[in-house]
Amino acid sequence: MQIDSIVQRCHDLAGKTVDFLQDFIAQMRTVHVDSLEQKWIKIALLIIGLLVGIITIDAFFHGVNPPSKVETIDSARLHLSKEFAESNLGVQLDDKGAIVVRMVAGRYSFFPKHISVPAETKLTFRWVSMDVLHGVHIPMTNMSTMIVPGYVAEITTSFPKPGEYPVLCNEYCGLGHNHMWSNISVIAKEDWQAPTHTIANKEANNG
Amino acid sequence: MDDATERKLTLSHLWVAFGAFILACFMGEYQVLERSGLISALDSPTVYFASVSTHGVLMGFVLTTFFIMGFGYYTATTSLKMPVWNLKLAWVGFWISLLGTVMAAVPLLTGKASVLYTFYLPIQAHVAFYFGAVLLVVGSWLWCGIMLVMFSQWKKSHPKQPVPLAMFATTANALLWLWTSVGVALEVLFQAIPLALGWIDTVDAGLARTLFAWTLHPIVYFWLIPAYIAFYVFVPKQAGGFLFSDEVARAAFIVLVVFGLPIGFHHLYMDPEQASGWKLLHGIGTFVVSLPTLVTGFTVIASLEIAGRLRGGKGLFGWIGTLPWTNTMVLSVILSLLMLILGGFGGIINASYAMNAMIHNTAWVPGHFHLIFAGTTVIMYFAIAYYLWPVLLRKPLFSNSMALIQLWTWFIGMGILTTPWHVLGLLGQPRRISTVVYNTLLTLAWKPYELAMIFGGLILLGSACLFIYNLVKTQLNPAPAEFNQQIEYADPIHPVESIPEYLNDFKLWNRVIAVLMAISFGVPILQFFFMDTFGSPAWGY
Repeated sequence: MQIDSIVQRCHDLAGKTVDFLQDFIAQMRTVHVDSLEQKWIKIALLIIGLLVGIITIDAFFHGVNPPSKVETIDSARLHLSKEFAESNLGVQLDDKGAIVVRMVAGRYSFFPKHISVPAETKLTFRWVSMDVLHGVHIPMTNMSTMIVPGYVAEITTSFPKPGEYPVLCNEYCGLGHNHMWSNISVIAKEDWQAPTHTIANKEANNG
Repeated sequence: MDDATERKLTLSHLWVAFGAFILACFMGEYQVLERSGLISALDSPTVYFASVSTHGVLMGFVLTTFFIMGFGYYTATTSLKMPVWNLKLAWVGFWISLLGTVMAAVPLLTGKASVLYTFYLPIQAHVAFYFGAVLLVVGSWLWCGIMLVMFSQWKKSHPKQPVPLAMFATTANALLWLWTSVGVALEVLFQAIPLALGWIDTVDAGLARTLFAWTLHPIVYFWLIPAYIAFYVFVPKQAGGFLFSDEVARAAFIVLVVFGLPIGFHHLYMDPEQASGWKLLHGIGTFVVSLPTLVTGFTVIASLEIAGRLRGGKGLFGWIGTLPWTNTMVLSVILSLLMLILGGFGGIINASYAMNAMIHNTAWVPGHFHLIFAGTTVIMYFAIAYYLWPVLLRKPLFSNSMALIQLWTWFIGMGILTTPWHVLGLLGQPRRISTVVYNTLLTLAWKPYELAMIFGGLILLGSACLFIYNLVKTQLNPAPAEFNQQIEYADPIHPVESIPEYLNDFKLWNRVIAVLMAISFGVPILQFFFMDTFGSPAWGY
């Protein structure tokens, strides 16, 4: 009985929707649109479709996405967290040999203040804020993300060209914002050496 | 119809708008000068960030809101040929918004609210700033209500008749603004004010940014719609021709409102608190909403071509030369469209989900929105002011040639200001710095562009002063005995006798908006209440 009435209601709803759509399309057909304008609307839709197609294919098939890892962290207790304790910051190799860079943004610098990474190598940056909103951009590279307190901003990228790059805060974070910057050295892949303290850490962890 | 009371109401709103505008123009020029580091005595982050916060609020909230309200009242009364409904309420709205403006201006100008116009929680401003912003918006909600009431009253007394296009678009904008302002209202009422008053200890910065993104994109359509209204209902007549299509114009406004709302996450592409799927969804919507702009461009240019040919223009491009270039409305629309084409190109880069990383929060972004807002949109505010001033005051404009020089210099100044700004962004300069102190070689390449910007800003400031001077002189001139210029709306080539109800009403579209908003913001907002989040305490700056 009850199921019957629900089925009946669904049936009515579907019928109503179809009626509405038919009515909508019939009414819209009565609108006068110049043939030239119709052509232009089609061209515009084609352009939009092309652009949407490119970004969608890039996102789904090439994995080209902006930093979007929704991961929370207590920004007020970073020093007590294992991952972002002071001794654990900077460039490290993880168990699989991948390079992870852990950085803390706080008024008014990025910590550690200087790091060295290899060129042409996949790097995973993990940025956190210890106070307010920050942003980080390494000009001329794809390394750009917002750093929102309460969240870990993770971004994976690589630097094609060796050199000295500035690391700039690009979000207003207070009156000293201008002074919030640090340095990164991108070193030719063959000249780069994994930081030694990492190995020590690893041994300590293993031991 | 004697509309003296409506004219006074409109004029009061527009004067507040342009008063805020000229003040903010002086700040703008100071900011480019300070930022360049040319005069070391000017160097002060405290003054700069107070100035940049005030400049943003005056231009983005005060100029726009008051202009839109004033213009909306006069459009409603003249296109519907009925007095403004509940004039007393309209004045209450005006005074509430003005009170809000003053209340926000005091902490802004005294450096107690240097949080820029996007608020930046968990950085905290003086609580009066937030209350002022709320009052400004509440006053504008009364305007929205009056527009919706007048729209439905007219429809009731004119069954089956198409609502005049100007009013249809104004109502669309009122509806858009009611939806748009909810996001920032939630942020201010449930986060910023309780935090500032100490009722809560922490706020979630991720939620705050999500709510602000709700407002941040459609607000630009709220600003842009008056410009589009002028494109459609004033330009064809002023150019000496006809509107190419009335029905398609309505459809364009509907698509603009419906798809302009659920796409704010393109401001959060680089944020960690939202997942990539939602960003992509909003990104696709962002491209869809370029459709009404492409259609508007077509209709306006087609209308201009009709006018040019009626005036004797021949050949593929001959009609451009025969357009009345000395008509302020026509000149403005040409310059506005040129800036729209350039700015739209930049906008596509910003909207591109991944390419945006290259220019996010660099100088490119203010370059872009100055071109598209201060350029494309505000030049049409000028055109509307030049058109309305003689109508509102019953006096001829003080000087048409001065107005033409003003429009040309605004266009040239905007080009000189925003082109280097875009380049600086590509060269990696962050947008929100008060001066360059980075000790790196990269900054050497920035210097010449910063100097060019000072020059561009100076031209714009001069142009803005000419604009205000012309309006003031018009107002102070003695009234001639016989001068009764009325507002004239353009006729479409094919007069619209009947129109589907869907293109003449917003009931259906309002429901579509509700569904789209639920889809695009439902989960992204609710997630904050289901995740283990950690709030941030309030910080000074």
